[in-house]
Amino acid sequence: MISIFINGMARDFEQPLSVNELVQKMSLGGKRIALERNGEIVPRSQFAQQLLLDGDKLEIVVAVGGG
Amino acid sequence: MKNDNLIIAGKSYSSRLLVGTGKYKDFAETQAAVETSGAEIITIAIRRSNIGQNPYEPNLLDILPPSKYTLLPNTAGCYSAEDAVRTLRLARELLDGHSLVKLEVLGDAQSLYPNVVETLAAAKTLVAEGFQVMVYTSDDPIIARQLEDIGCVAIMPLASLIGTGMGILNPWNLQLILERVQVPVLVDAGVGTASDAAIAMELGCHGVLMNTAIAAARNPVLMASAMNQAVQAGRAAFLAGRMPKKLYSASPSSPTTGMIAKH
Repeated sequence: MISIFINGMARDFEQPLSVNELVQKMSLGGKRIALERNGEIVPRSQFAQQLLLDGDKLEIVVAVGGG
Repeated sequence: MKNDNLIIAGKSYSSRLLVGTGKYKDFAETQAAVETSGAEIITIAIRRSNIGQNPYEPNLLDILPPSKYTLLPNTAGCYSAEDAVRTLRLARELLDGHSLVKLEVLGDAQSLYPNVVETLAAAKTLVAEGFQVMVYTSDDPIIARQLEDIGCVAIMPLASLIGTGMGILNPWNLQLILERVQVPVLVDAGVGTASDAAIAMELGCHGVLMNTAIAAARNPVLMASAMNQAVQAGRAAFLAGRMPKKLYSASPSSPTTGMIAKH
């Protein structure tokens, strides 16, 4: 069991998973998002390779209206 | 007017009005107002995504595609250089390497007054990382020049506080900035109505960025049209060169000769 903080919320997963698998689970696959892991950008091209670790802190963002 | 384009970071824009995309009632209104404004550069904010709660949430980039507009991601809501830099790194990733950004670091949640110390620090980091930084700042001409020295591609002083619609409170400071800075100077924040935008342009500002003045108008799309025209009119008036102001004039507009005689 690993615990990952996604946008400030803790989520538990039965087994280790990649960034890509997590993005799919969040129904964000193929969406225009950007992702930061423990303060570092994870390029989309590395979503499949990067394996998430217990305690990782992710920020997943989108564009919204703003001035 | 031929070839009077706004040049920012080597790229040419025919519209001198830049608009934000916040505070509209829905995406349809956002799209209509942006379209009517004629703006080519539009600001967007970067915020946490939903994480599965709302898989069918519409995406702003679907209605305002990067293929049609130059998107200017901002750092609205950031109170430290670190948060602003992180936000824009995320924005660059989100927009496939796009490097033109709007930096703003706020200092006070009530007034939204910019924190220029954090702004300077963030600008240094961002320029070093290859970002093209259009920077929101106070109307302090010394800070404006320091931001230019750091390498910002446009200086964007406030006319008055964000979202207040108070108009241009200190045209003299804007003039000091305009005389001291070589990169484009755009008024960002405080414009309330069309005349404010026109005054900014008549002062010689290279452009105006606004959001609330359009979004909070009773009819946002009509106000977008008014702002479009005001910016163009103000620019034309600046280029035309206004007549000097004087307290009175002994030079009436009609001929002083050929008057009919007293009968």
